[in-house]
Amino acid sequence: MNVTFYFIAVLTLAGGLAAILLKNLVHSVLALTVAFAGLALLFLSLDAQFVGFAQILVYIGAVAILIVFTILLTGGSGQPKDGVFSHTWSVGLVIAAGVFAVLGWAVLESVRAVPQQTAVPAVTVHDIGNALVGCYVLPLEIVALLLTAATIGAVIVAMHEKKGLK
Amino acid sequence: MTCVTTGFASPLCGYLLVAALLFAIGLAGALTRRNAILVLIGIELMLNAANLNLIAFWRYGPHPEALTGMMFAIFSIAVAAAEAAVGLGLVIAIYRHTNTTDLDKMNRMKG
Repeated sequence: MNVTFYFIAVLTLAGGLAAILLKNLVHSVLALTVAFAGLALLFLSLDAQFVGFAQILVYIGAVAILIVFTILLTGGSGQPKDGVFSHTWSVGLVIAAGVFAVLGWAVLESVRAVPQQTAVPAVTVHDIGNALVGCYVLPLEIVALLLTAATIGAVIVAMHEKKGLK
Repeated sequence: MTCVTTGFASPLCGYLLVAALLFAIGLAGALTRRNAILVLIGIELMLNAANLNLIAFWRYGPHPEALTGMMFAIFSIAVAAAEAAVGLGLVIAIYRHTNTTDLDKMNRMKG
């Protein structure tokens, strides 16, 4: 592994850690954007250019902006009086540490058995497009339907309630 | 433990460990924060860690020209975007109803 990988990995993990630790919600989303950008760089370093740029477009361009809008619509970045962490935070931390221990153990124990292809795969965006409308056309249509339904559903759920219905 | 002692000689191992750590960070955020929006942020981090795993296995596994892992990651990104839109819409709806996004105060099904 080279220096670039370590740099991007540390950037991504620091962004993720800051996103869940910062008290101000808007700062959290900024840190989350850094983590998303780091992940996009990791995808690019894995020779998955299409997914890397899709990550930037979808996550930094859409999801982060959507989260900022929601924060500002729900009372901004004011901090609650009784702390930002739930009163059962220690249980959550133990569960997360346990999950990481199991995942790390599984990775370290089994990675020897995995075949290591080191040649750079010769995949172009042209190939991805052909695969999307060829053998993956049914999942593509289902995802299109899902996105339409989710957009309509999100608008209906977030719409104003009528007075008197409450 | 060959992977750590040889300084991540196997690149796949490094990516998998980063993904595992990111997943744990997202899980810790989703389980420990009080704010519903921060819980959604934690879930997004976990989804992204899974995508990193898929792409790493696609890159270092056999037959990358079959594009299976990459397609899975692309569809996963699309589903995550839909999930974020609906989740944030729900947060806004609950905020209108109860005037809070604090999960510790949302303890009634009837509102």
